[in-house]
Amino acid sequence: MVVYGVALLSACMLIGVFVGDLLGMAIGVKANVGGVGIAMLLLIFASDHLRKSGRLDVWLQQGIGFWSAMYIPVVVAMAAQQDVVAAVRGGPAAVLAGLLAVIASVALVPVIARIGQPRTATSDHNTQTSSEALAAKIGE
Amino acid sequence: MIDALTKVLSSNGLVTAFAVVGATIWLSYWLSRRLTRGRLHGSAIAIVIGLLLAYLGGVATGGHKGLADIQLLSGIGLMGGAMLRDFAIVSTAFGVSFGEIRRAGLSGVVALFAGVLVSFVIGAAVAFAFGYSDAVSMTTIGAGAVTYIVGPVTGAALGASSDVMALSIAAGLIKSVLVMVGTPFVAKSIGLDNPRTAMVFGGLMGTTSGVAGGLAATDPKLVPYGAMTATFYTGLGCLMGPSVLFIATRAVMG
Repeated sequence: MVVYGVALLSACMLIGVFVGDLLGMAIGVKANVGGVGIAMLLLIFASDHLRKSGRLDVWLQQGIGFWSAMYIPVVVAMAAQQDVVAAVRGGPAAVLAGLLAVIASVALVPVIARIGQPRTATSDHNTQTSSEALAAKIGE
Repeated sequence: MIDALTKVLSSNGLVTAFAVVGATIWLSYWLSRRLTRGRLHGSAIAIVIGLLLAYLGGVATGGHKGLADIQLLSGIGLMGGAMLRDFAIVSTAFGVSFGEIRRAGLSGVVALFAGVLVSFVIGAAVAFAFGYSDAVSMTTIGAGAVTYIVGPVTGAALGASSDVMALSIAAGLIKSVLVMVGTPFVAKSIGLDNPRTAMVFGGLMGTTSGVAGGLAATDPKLVPYGAMTATFYTGLGCLMGPSVLFIATRAVMG
């Protein structure tokens, strides 16, 4: 049933946000800490469990798939209700602070993406082939 | 006639929002095909149109919620509000590989700390350059450059003045808007085409709306990975802003 998918998604989100709030309280922060991320992990584990036990039927998937497909429209609606006037009215100090922060952060992306990656291209290649071999062995 | 129509539209706000957003996206994809031959993604254009409409809505009503302040279009507020936004973000995790997340875990965590720190230092430096040389104002504006939630949370904790708070929120909003609009343009040059880089990107940028919009306009497949790390960013910022970052700023400024 479609509603099972929607309900599963809802349950994951509510639990995740609740845990995020508790985390925030525990470390004394007036914000939710990682609630959505925790919810995403719950959904990944839950759907993995259902898949393995053969209970992940196509209708359940559609209940989640619909919201996943509505993601971009929701983001467009989100963009349409931003306080753009206030952002522009902040003047040059706000624009410069925001702009420079974005430029510096973007520049760091390729640098930090390298951390924890296999050291060289060859070792990368090796892990690739070994994982392929493993996948072949377990018949994926 | 007109009154009856207005009544239908405003009393069915969310449904009206679906229709309006659908029409906007249709127009955006049409513009994308016609004017840019698909080079600029339809969803990127849709987000830019959304922001322009938000500006017009803000100017027309004097409110803070863009188009959603127009009575007829109040449903936009529900459709694009935090509840459905987070619901849709969580749904994108369906089908994501956990191995991918675990493998990029370390760089994601490093990105989170580096992201908060870099944005904060730059925000505080800009504040100083514009004459805000006291530690409270510098910390608040620096925190605003982290995200527009961290700014006011930090400012409130430190007792910053209201104009400094407004400035810090504006800095965060500018950041969020820039990430939404700019991501597709820089994606190729920073290698933003795989889950690992998307997680690092989410951790460095941190603004949930910015990352959500920017990745949607670049490659929707990357959204769950970027959102996963970005969701920890604001919490981390709120934790560090009024504490270590304020103490460090005060130490530097004497």
